[in-house]
Amino acid sequence: MTVVIVGAGPAGLAAARAARTAGASVVLLDAAELGGQYWRHLPAERRAREQRRLHHGWSRFLALRAALTADPGCEIVTGAQIWAIDRTEDRLRVHVLIGAADGRARTPRTLLPDALVLATGAHDRTLPFPGWDLPGVYSAGAAQALAKGERIAVGKRVLVAGAGPFLLPVAASLAHTDASVVGVHEAARLPVLAKNWTARPWELFAALGKGAELGGYVLGQVRNRIPYITGSGVIAAHGDERVEAVTVAELDTSWAPLPGTERRIEVDAVCVSHGFTPRIELAIAAGCRIGPDRFVVTDVDGRTSVDGVFAAGEITGIGGAQAAETEGALAGLAAAGAVDDRRTAKLRRSRASAVRFAARIEQAHGIRKGWTAWLDRDTLLCRCEEVTHGEFVDTIAATRSRGLRSTKLTSRAGLGICQARMCGRNVEDILGQNVPDGVITDTSTDHRPIAAPISLAELAALPAAPTAQEGHIS
Amino acid sequence: MVPDSEDVIGRTDGPALVIEVDGEPVTGVPGQTLAGVLLAAGRDSWRTTSRAGRPRGVFCGIGVCFDCIVTVNGERDVRACQRRAAAGDVVTRQSDELPRSRS
Repeated sequence: MTVVIVGAGPAGLAAARAARTAGASVVLLDAAELGGQYWRHLPAERRAREQRRLHHGWSRFLALRAALTADPGCEIVTGAQIWAIDRTEDRLRVHVLIGAADGRARTPRTLLPDALVLATGAHDRTLPFPGWDLPGVYSAGAAQALAKGERIAVGKRVLVAGAGPFLLPVAASLAHTDASVVGVHEAARLPVLAKNWTARPWELFAALGKGAELGGYVLGQVRNRIPYITGSGVIAAHGDERVEAVTVAELDTSWAPLPGTERRIEVDAVCVSHGFTPRIELAIAAGCRIGPDRFVVTDVDGRTSVDGVFAAGEITGIGGAQAAETEGALAGLAAAGAVDDRRTAKLRRSRASAVRFAARIEQAHGIRKGWTAWLDRDTLLCRCEEVTHGEFVDTIAATRSRGLRSTKLTSRAGLGICQARMCGRNVEDILGQNVPDGVITDTSTDHRPIAAPISLAELAALPAAPTAQEGHIS
Repeated sequence: MVPDSEDVIGRTDGPALVIEVDGEPVTGVPGQTLAGVLLAAGRDSWRTTSRAGRPRGVFCGIGVCFDCIVTVNGERDVRACQRRAAAGDVVTRQSDELPRSRS
């Protein structure tokens, strides 16, 4: 039995290890390297004695990586871009291109797994604001990736803004480069934070490792004298060819800026994250049911609505790396057909506390509707097609469309090269705010039958009908 | 980039590699992505948008936004944040202007 695992972050690595301990053969795929975004690290060519100083759980990563790379029953394929999943008769086919990113000389491969574990993770959701398209404005994830994976600071004077606990490790990573973090601006107001972070403190203790990690970041903030300002956000970035300053303002509980509280701060970079968008296109392609909260629906062991397809980590709910590891281990065991042992029971209990932790994060830091008040007519909504907020609402008014698909086609928002990965959720929110009763007729920005660009030459060169043998480890 | 002699993680980078960016030599170290080489060399934008001709470079840094695309050795639409630099890579900026009728 072969379990194919997509994504080699905490969830995918744990799934691979668990499936191997249960006796399955494993193929572990990642578009980049092992570690995912959480354990993003320097490549092998760049030696460093103490990368652990930039990471939490680094020894767990090293142990997982060592076990999997030494294991002949686990085939690891990095640089593996999955561009589509489809189904033929009763089998899922996973189409992969292997080689240098976006190259034209990649090796195609089609896998026919007995079980598939999707652990594709999430990316930052960034709300637009005037000037957010200027060079020097980065997603917080970019700052993190550049600090950990390249040892580059995105700027000398950097402001971090948005919502959620992720802002803290980003500030910590920047402080470990040669950047000076001028402040962390958290959109949620203090009473909301206090209510959601202390109402049931035993839940924090249940997720003890997570509490310790957060505590470490808070100490780091203090040690590095980084101000943490709540109920505040970046509402504009200024500059001609690159960012030179930002305007921050106090935000009310709906995240609408309070007039008269604006403050201009000179910076040469700003890092923004307002939460995460799960990367669910492959789960949709595999036919998995997606819940109203737009996460993949699973049972406690990670089974999706499709037989033989499992999901783990951030695509099932934003819970952080430890939740992802737990879910990955459960999904790996279930995919390999091994459940109901003592280990599964223990993992299920741990998962339950992780799920409560995720709910608490969402209640405290979840995006509130008032953010659209900081947009002006010229603010870009869609970075790829350069569709402004004004053009978008005018199009909605002119076409009187409630349909997302129709509005995308008439406005071009969400139809550029990123395929709405950056603007999709924001476009949906604004459409919802501009139609009667807020009801839009379809929500399809997550639906991407081609999950990654593929050139016509590569497509033309693919074998016509993959054979079953290609799906198995030879 | 944090100089390796000052890095808290005790880093030792390999010998330099040189790539060509819009006809100019740019020096990096093995293992960097193209975006890493460009940013470390002080460049933060290397593309202009089709409609407004605005500068763009890295935004998401993890391969999802496609803002950082470049042409590498004749291959278009390569995400600079995902492609590892190789000595001698020839990188050219991609600016695909739209026909005049749309502007």
